[in-house]
Amino acid sequence: MPTVATDTNLPDAAPIEDLIACPHCDALYVAKMPENGARAICSHCHTVLIAPKRQAGKKIIALTLAVMILVFAALFFPFLDINASGFGNSTSILDAASSFRSVDMLFLSFLVAAAIIFVPLLRTFLILYVLVPIVRDRPPLPHARRAFRWSQDLKPWAMAEIFAIGCAVALVKVVDLAQIGFGPAFWMFSALVILVLINDNFLCTWSVWKSLELEED
Amino acid sequence: MACRRCARVWPMGRDRCGRCGGKLSSRDTKSLQKVWAWWIAGIVAYIPANIYPMLVTNTLVSSSESTIIGGAVEIAKYGSYGVAAIILIASVLIPVGKFLAIAFLALSSVRGSSVSPGRRTHLYEIVEFIGRWSMIDVFVVAILSSLVQLSVVASIRPGPAALTFALSVIFTMLSAQAFDPRLIWDAERRAPNGKTP
Repeated sequence: MPTVATDTNLPDAAPIEDLIACPHCDALYVAKMPENGARAICSHCHTVLIAPKRQAGKKIIALTLAVMILVFAALFFPFLDINASGFGNSTSILDAASSFRSVDMLFLSFLVAAAIIFVPLLRTFLILYVLVPIVRDRPPLPHARRAFRWSQDLKPWAMAEIFAIGCAVALVKVVDLAQIGFGPAFWMFSALVILVLINDNFLCTWSVWKSLELEED
Repeated sequence: MACRRCARVWPMGRDRCGRCGGKLSSRDTKSLQKVWAWWIAGIVAYIPANIYPMLVTNTLVSSSESTIIGGAVEIAKYGSYGVAAIILIASVLIPVGKFLAIAFLALSSVRGSSVSPGRRTHLYEIVEFIGRWSMIDVFVVAILSSLVQLSVVASIRPGPAALTFALSVIFTMLSAQAFDPRLIWDAERRAPNGKTP
């Protein structure tokens, strides 16, 4: 992937709308859209500033829809099942989230459910809400800016991929104890994690902010 | 003056970004205060997380409680060194390393440091990226305690440490988010040419 450093000329003459400041070190640049697939990188601290991809909007919408469907499906199908000495039990993702049943663990239950189901799901809704009008060249829906801001704020709290690795660790822990089987939801969840990671890679926040600004003016 | 959220630049004196609505401040003056507050909360929650049991296992013949480190040692005894290593790294090495890294970043942005700002920015990015992965232990407990419910043969229940560990991870994530990485570069800009941006 070719890498392009942003313009490092002193930005005194440029209009303020065209400036971009590195969020990590506050260095100022004149924003210049790099070619698709290339990245603009802060020459000071090497933070990636702009990284547009070709047809990113449509790809993100497609992937986000897929994620949404998979989350719903993965919720209700059995996730893992276990058998030992004639006793069996199968569990869904909702069971895992609500496993902290006692009162003092209620908070933890809520937290796990939020991190692996609700926050990722909410993010898909927010991203669709913001991106669908942009891609179809329509004016943004009301509060699109707030929606996109929220989706960015929630990003670190969506922990589906961490849950997936947690499954692997849990499996190894009980593999001596009992027979483990994978339910359909397990495979859906694995696909979902990969889609989420690809999706985040496509999303260039600066481009989205820029087009939100242009559309509304 | 720049918006940290969408990188739009505004003239001095605005308090909200007109593009994304994020709060603007030339420098977040309370940043370090918030960092230390969450940092201390994180440490306080991390102590009981190591003392109390994480998992309570009941089998036909016995009932055992295991702490984070105890559980990893037990797994290593069965020969799964890889898994034991993952658990130790995710729930001991990373949290402790994170506490040290955040403290170092916060201290060095006030007092200066021999480590170059580029390196420290890198460290900050690592801390931000890796912080969420400590939740893995909480998820393992959640999966195990919902899966292993085989009436009398074996059952696993979460212990009190699961809660405090989760809280500790959240507090340190908040602590890292409160840190304003621009502070790393300010000290450097002040030193050589004596002007602040």
